[in-house]
Amino acid sequence: MSEPVLTISGLNVDYGTGDAAVHALRDIDLTLHRGEVLGLAGESGSGKSTLAYAVTRLLSPPGVITGGEVHYHQRDGEALDLLTLTAPELRAFRWQELSIVFQGAMNSLNPVHTVHSQLTDVLKAHRPEMKRAERTARAVELLSLVGISADRLSAYPHQLSGGMRQRVMIAMALALEPEIVIMDEPTTALDVVMQRQILRQLVKLREELGFSVVFITHDISLLIEFSDRIAIMYGGRIVEEAGASDIYRDPCHPYSDGLLHSFPALHGPRRELTGIPGSPPHLSAMPDGCAFHPRCGKALDPCATQVPVLARPDGDGSRTVACWLHQPTPATAAPRS
Amino acid sequence: MTTTTDQTDDIVLEARGVTKHFPVRRTGRDLVARHRRTVHAVDDVSLQLRRSTVTALVGESGSGKSTVARLLSQLYPLTDGEIQLEGKAVKAGRGRSFRSYVRQVQLIFQDPFASLNPVHTVRYHLTRSLRIHGREATGAELAALLERVQLTPAAQYLDKFPHELSGGQRQRVAIARALGADPKVLLADEPVSMLDVSIRLGVLNLLRDLKERLHLAILYITHDIASARYFADTTLVMYAGRIVEGGDSETVTQRPAHPYTQLLIASAPDPDRVVAEEEQEETGSGEPPSLIAPPAGCRFHPRCPKAMERCRTELPPRFDLADGQWAACWLYADGADTTDTVGDHEKEAAK
Ligand SMILES: Nc1ncnc2c1ncn2[C@@H]1O[C@H](COP(=O)(O)OP(=O)(O)OP(=O)(O)O)[C@@H](O)[C@H]1O
Ligand SMILES: Nc1ncnc2c1ncn2[C@@H]1O[C@H](COP(=O)(O)OP(=O)(O)O)[C@@H](O)[C@H]1O
Ligand code: SF4
Ligand code: SF4
Ligand SMILES: [Mg+2]
Ligand SMILES: [Mg+2]
Repeated sequence: MSEPVLTISGLNVDYGTGDAAVHALRDIDLTLHRGEVLGLAGESGSGKSTLAYAVTRLLSPPGVITGGEVHYHQRDGEALDLLTLTAPELRAFRWQELSIVFQGAMNSLNPVHTVHSQLTDVLKAHRPEMKRAERTARAVELLSLVGISADRLSAYPHQLSGGMRQRVMIAMALALEPEIVIMDEPTTALDVVMQRQILRQLVKLREELGFSVVFITHDISLLIEFSDRIAIMYGGRIVEEAGASDIYRDPCHPYSDGLLHSFPALHGPRRELTGIPGSPPHLSAMPDGCAFHPRCGKALDPCATQVPVLARPDGDGSRTVACWLHQPTPATAAPRS
Repeated sequence: MTTTTDQTDDIVLEARGVTKHFPVRRTGRDLVARHRRTVHAVDDVSLQLRRSTVTALVGESGSGKSTVARLLSQLYPLTDGEIQLEGKAVKAGRGRSFRSYVRQVQLIFQDPFASLNPVHTVRYHLTRSLRIHGREATGAELAALLERVQLTPAAQYLDKFPHELSGGQRQRVAIARALGADPKVLLADEPVSMLDVSIRLGVLNLLRDLKERLHLAILYITHDIASARYFADTTLVMYAGRIVEGGDSETVTQRPAHPYTQLLIASAPDPDRVVAEEEQEETGSGEPPSLIAPPAGCRFHPRCPKAMERCRTELPPRFDLADGQWAACWLYADGADTTDTVGDHEKEAAK
């Protein structure tokens, strides 16, 4: 695996403070490597967007980061602590080093400005030395990267289809050649044909430009196809992390397994769909122990009371899972430090 | 396929050449040019919903699926065509016959939150549905309704407000309310697309179970063609306001005949996909056309990798293939009824 570009350790996020606080993210450990596509899957409310906002310091009240560290590793080896950057440092960092395409971003283009002026504004703000003609040339180049012809430069957002607006947002995210692009459900509002076109373009660009991608979606079959590694979230925690094909062929966590058996397959023999009983927990009433235990068909004794932490299942160094089935249960375990 | 009598007997709801054009707000220029522009949302749609059968209507967003559901439930007047309930033409209008129609043909929406009134309990919603449709709302009736949608024990749900229920439970209440009318037809417009992945399956299984136990005719509208394979007996594919292919779900998903269905299937997420990118290029790309000025001839021709000269000008009619499958595509034109074409089609699908 290549060197890390972003490391998240022990990240905790609450919504609200004091007695009213609910824990949205708990003890998140996650590493993004240079050049990889890391998929983040989980149902709505599992904390995927909260993680994206916290890491980029875009979390707004009542959200508060209550602990943990997020480090960005520059190419020269120096590490930046993102949680301590000052406001001007953050402004320089965003877009330049890390950019983010939000859920429903295609609706966040400014309706009264043309595609041209919105693309060149980003360049104007971060590359003041660029000349007007250079900015326009770059805007044309960016549009062609995402498969939109130059004659759409003068279009207003309402003159573009949803898929084209979403691609303009992706072009904008790539404008300053960042090292990391975070995509929060970038294609959920689009239909499958457009979704595939955009994702294929993105994976191709990643190969050409060498950036890393965090790709967030609830559609695990899409992730398996397009990402290198996958982290699965449940109730504010990461419950399993492994290579995409490992997750697909041999999921360790019962929740990952349930997710995989919730999607009807279009090809191959018809498989039995078992799904997952019950429904996802609310933040304010998170079950004790393993948050998945009320829905888990394999729950053991300690599951209802003791939280399983992310650990390497026996003999496998490339993946982690937080489940008592895959680690010594507390009765026999050595005390953890 | 539709010739034997017991099959026609099974048809509960039928659309014949149903068409809906919405007027577009006119601009100054249109007034000068005396144009009357319309959105061709649904054109010449014919379909049959049979007893104890789930029929899927699949298509991209904006293809006209919801408009078909609204037309079938008489929420919009038709621009053209006819709807028949149990062989009798349905007349437009509001009065008693309209109420009886609505009782028999119930619509379920995508967003269970928006369709239930937040200030009323489950009990209120169900009682009201039973009363409107002239049925008694006893405790036993209410419990029976909730049991049908697998919300048991009923007492635990009756006095809850919508916000106290999960998305899946809300959608079950919406289904129970529809069942309160004792309908013959359920029109379900994307009933699970707003629900969490892990609870979609339960709601779809419930719909299948209702089809079997209550012998309902169900129209299942979805953009997810893989779910049509698992939950629908018959699948219809819609593109830009027209139905372009139909047949048994397994056949349509495993041996799609129409180039648009082939594109849809090639685009669906597939973890088993071996990266054979060149092959995929052939299936076409681009986006659906404007429905204000839809392309002449076959509406798919600007995106179709197999388009021929006649596709640009002549609208392809429906050609019957083997096993009840059909496609509106000129590729199947030459003697479509002969075994010859079936061979062609199989070659086509095998590619
Ligand atoms: N009341 C209306 N007035 C004008 N145009 C309409 C109206 N309702 C729908 N349309 C248009 O008709 C077409 C079909 O819309 P419809 O809502 O049926 O699509 P759909 O297949 O259900 O899409 P989605 O998956 O996004 O719900 C679209 O172009 C839409 O903009
Ligand atoms: N502003 C907020 N105030 C309180 N709770 C919030 C807020 N924003 C999100 N949450 C809660 O945090 C949890 C995680 O949300 P989110 O990160 O948006 O999930 P996802 O992206 O996985 O759907 C959810 O339970 C959500 O209700
Ligand atoms: S820890 Fe226990 S309850 Fe949680 S997933 Fe593993 S077996 Fe199931
Ligand atoms: S009729 Fe012609 S353009 Fe239309 S799908 Fe068939 S081959 Fe393609
Ligand atoms: Mg989200
Ligand atoms: Mg719709």
